[in-house]
Amino acid sequence: MAPVTEILISFFIVVSGIFGLVGSYGLIKLRDTMQRLHAPTKATTLGVGGALIASMLYFLLVKDSFSFHELLITLFLFLTAPITANFISKAFMVNNLRPKDVPETGRDYGWAIYDDPPQLKEPEAEGKGE
Amino acid sequence: MIEIALLFAFGCYSLGLLFNLWRITRGPDAADRILALDTMVINVIALLILYGIREGTSVYYEASMLVAMVGFVSTVAYCRFILRGDIIE
Repeated sequence: MAPVTEILISFFIVVSGIFGLVGSYGLIKLRDTMQRLHAPTKATTLGVGGALIASMLYFLLVKDSFSFHELLITLFLFLTAPITANFISKAFMVNNLRPKDVPETGRDYGWAIYDDPPQLKEPEAEGKGE
Repeated sequence: MIEIALLFAFGCYSLGLLFNLWRITRGPDAADRILALDTMVINVIALLILYGIREGTSVYYEASMLVAMVGFVSTVAYCRFILRGDIIE
């Protein structure tokens, strides 16, 4: 194994570990729930991403077998992270914020978790009265 | 050198799991606990991938993929339960 390969893989592994630790440390250090929502995104993108890049490099350069599985995991995590954050913030709003605490939406109806969705207009009945 | 880096990363993620556990026990709100559980799933995924590098097998990709899917579904189900009092309406 060439020293450059070893240094490269070790670098990505160490970066992954540092960012995973930073993400979890922010979870206990930040004060507010909405602030704490920010911290684990570092662990999701850079922590797991660094581990996956290190794994791909290891199996490509050391074991001579390339695989796309890691990219699938990255894609799945990138797709689901915003949905998870949106759901957690909605759960926080339901328990802690009232409609007067949040700004106006500037639309015909308010926030989705407090107001019912607008009723769709009834389609006009055709051939009525004949 | 890779072994030392792997040991360092294992230590980092284990400490992160302990931080998450502290937030789960002390979290003032249910949203904090869900967030800590989600972060715990992320840390476990990274730990599984690093363990796969250490063992030199590619079996652990499938395991981490399954953990990612189950973690996402469980987080969404927990949030739905808090939001609506029901998971599938």
